[in-house]
Amino acid sequence: MSGNEKPKIATTSLCGCFGCHMSLLDIDLRILDLAEIVEFSRSPINDLKTIEDRAAVGLIEGGCANEENVEVLREFRRQCDVLVSVGDCAISGGIPALRNTIPLSECLDEAYRNGPSTVNESGDIPNDPEIPLLLNKVYPAHEVVKIDYHLPGCPPPADTLWTALVALLSGKPLDLPYKLLKYD
Amino acid sequence: MMETLGDLVRGTCDLVHRDRTRLLDVARIVQERLGCVPGSAMDLIASHLDVKRIDVESLVSFYSFLSKEPEGKVVIRLSDDVVDRMAGYDAVLAAFRDELGIGLGEKTPDGSISLTRTACIGMCDQAPSALANDTVLTDLTPQAARAIVRGLREHGDPKRLVNRLGDGQNAHPLVLSMVGNHIRRAGPILLSPGKRGRAVELTLSLHPAEVIRAIKAARLRGRGGAGFPAGMKWEFTRAAPGERKYIICNADEGEPGTFKDRVLLTEFPDRVFAGMTIAGYAIGAEEGILYLRAEYAYLVPYLEEVLAKRRVEGLLGDHIEGKFSMSFDIRIQLGAGAYVCGEETALISSMEGLRGDPKNRPPFPAQSGYLGYPTSVNNVETLCCVTRIAEIGVATFCQYGTEQSAGTKLLSISGDVTRPGVYEVPFGVTLREVLVMCGGEEAGAAQVGGPSGQLVGPEGFDRAITYEDLSTGGALVVFGRDRDLLAMMYGYMEFFEEESCGYCTPCRVGNELLKNGLLRVMEGRAEPDDLEQFRAIGKTMKATSRCGLGQTSWRPLVTALDAFPDLLAGKVVSDPDGFCRSFDLKAEVSQAEGIAGRKSEHAGRKGGDDGR
Ligand SMILES: Cc1cc2nc3c(=O)[nH]c(=O)nc-3n(C[C@H](O)[C@H](O)[C@H](O)COP(=O)(O)O)c2cc1C
Ligand code: SF4
Ligand code: SF4
Repeated sequence: MSGNEKPKIATTSLCGCFGCHMSLLDIDLRILDLAEIVEFSRSPINDLKTIEDRAAVGLIEGGCANEENVEVLREFRRQCDVLVSVGDCAISGGIPALRNTIPLSECLDEAYRNGPSTVNESGDIPNDPEIPLLLNKVYPAHEVVKIDYHLPGCPPPADTLWTALVALLSGKPLDLPYKLLKYD
Repeated sequence: MMETLGDLVRGTCDLVHRDRTRLLDVARIVQERLGCVPGSAMDLIASHLDVKRIDVESLVSFYSFLSKEPEGKVVIRLSDDVVDRMAGYDAVLAAFRDELGIGLGEKTPDGSISLTRTACIGMCDQAPSALANDTVLTDLTPQAARAIVRGLREHGDPKRLVNRLGDGQNAHPLVLSMVGNHIRRAGPILLSPGKRGRAVELTLSLHPAEVIRAIKAARLRGRGGAGFPAGMKWEFTRAAPGERKYIICNADEGEPGTFKDRVLLTEFPDRVFAGMTIAGYAIGAEEGILYLRAEYAYLVPYLEEVLAKRRVEGLLGDHIEGKFSMSFDIRIQLGAGAYVCGEETALISSMEGLRGDPKNRPPFPAQSGYLGYPTSVNNVETLCCVTRIAEIGVATFCQYGTEQSAGTKLLSISGDVTRPGVYEVPFGVTLREVLVMCGGEEAGAAQVGGPSGQLVGPEGFDRAITYEDLSTGGALVVFGRDRDLLAMMYGYMEFFEEESCGYCTPCRVGNELLKNGLLRVMEGRAEPDDLEQFRAIGKTMKATSRCGLGQTSWRPLVTALDAFPDLLAGKVVSDPDGFCRSFDLKAEVSQAEGIAGRKSEHAGRKGGDDGR
């Protein structure tokens, strides 16, 4: 962080439901305070698609389910000083990882061909080159790149995110009271 | 007339007086007769014993010697321990597969033979070994494997595969086994002859409280691994309120590399039973149970005969004479293939007809054990010490050993030594002295106390075998200098992962994380952070697992890293970009590439998002 430039913060949603980002927005008016102390780099909140300059903090929602998730996560690792896994999907793969015990082809067959609510006369599985290829399994973020901190919860409460961000950005020790640590 | 399934199950349930706590026995008998416990039998068992079908199903799925699907008439179980692997397991397995034309876990098309693997069967001194039903096959070679298959094809009788007899009582008409004792060093206490009946007679001249006092004075500590003072355990059990008390002899001997209890049971069964009788007298029990691992089922007819003889001689039964008298009898309970059942509370679950899951402690068995009654669980060797203390006296017993570790200890030594077998040594002997005795001077490392013990390198060879230093239940596996120690530890982690009962997360998940982490190290894909992680996981397992399995199963990996930091040279490297070197994008998109019929744009791209 040089001069009086504000530290940058980047966020992304990989294989998540955006619930963790909703929780971040749930800090309500404090988002204005946040905007005072940080500059938002790449994030679904501002729709910026690249990290222009190095960011101080990267928040990762969701695990890695496809090749693009891996690509984005690696980009974050390269460009952020500190990476934080936010929420259970990033930390453990979460709900998407339920497919990990089932071979990929069976998952796709069930989703696009055989599912009871599926109507798909051609039997085709969507295969546009734009669609990233799925990984054999869904991975937590820390099994793909080094992750510095983990904030559990599905999603972590807004106060948890706020408290953690303030601590990270101010370099003060983080003191999360028990009620802000959620394991569901 | 053909016996119907209904007849078989009814008959079997009647045999145990429809006692639901004998579910394991019922399942074992049905398995033996039918080669499986099919769903239809489970329903019948459930109704006769008045338990839920799911209880039967759960029990059958728990034990490796029980199955829902039919096994072959003869089941060949290859002992797949680290020591077996060192001794040529792979080649033996290959010969079996080739000769049988089937793979592991499969059955010949005619249903006559199944081939499977199992954890250490207690024969590391004569590895590689296997079981064909109850028959033990030792010192296997590929040629022997082929001959075994041909023999079974010809006559189908595992007992006829015994082409030589072992020494001592292994040649007894009721044993007729090829197992060898390999007693290499008989010390003054455990492996020296005594006089039958003498110990019980002397004991019955004392008051039970005096017996306990003597055992305490002898400073006898448990030989099964945990080293709890035996006298204190008895005192608690005696003092605990309960209209009945039980003494259980733990002959599960499941710690890989341990086989000394096998030798005691073969050569000194009277010593074991006398110890149980004395314990029963001391704690006020009228019934003793020998919990014998299924792998040692070949000893049952012989042990039953020894018990019968003791009854005839008045050493067991309604009225055992002495200055005081007592009523005491012993029965044998067979296990069904589960390492965790050696843990005393799991052992009790198993005897109660439940899955062999450990229980929460407290209450300890001494307060509430078998069927809820105060129970003392003691190892075979501990009980043999009891008998000998009665025979030779406290002072003589305490002449051997150290202040905190009185007496002698049996070691089961195997691996890269010239004289594998059982050694009786006084406590306090150094590891180096032991290695000299067994022809293991060239050792590069020794696993002391089995996988749940620790790996010791040459700098530790001057440490002493005592409770206070190198504590051991008796297993000593020696590794030569050119052994791949990481591969050995990986074998132990596989063992723990398989044998965890799965009840608690730290153990169920921790073992798998450690095993996979070790694999990363072996493949050179680990990072410095991983090593910290191993220790952190181990700490959590130690602090939060319910039983000793999870509390110790991190040890092979962590103690190996402590003793041999060089093992990691060149294998643990961090990535400059902070990417996980163990994540292989190219491999991870392989299935999707096949399904989509196109190549990944990211994986394998040069100079960046490569195929790591
Ligand atoms: C996973 C596990 C396996 C065990 N296996 C055995 C065994 O095979 N034999 C044994 O005597 N003790 C075994 N133990 C120790 C028993 O829980 C118990 O401490 C012992 O039988 C008590 O007898 P002792 O005091 O005479 O040693 C095992 C413990 C654990 C945690
Ligand atoms: S952790 Fe919960 S809220 Fe966050 S992305 Fe996953 S499912 Fe959504
Ligand atoms: S520590 Fe392991 S074996 Fe013991 S109770 Fe827990 S899961 Fe079962």
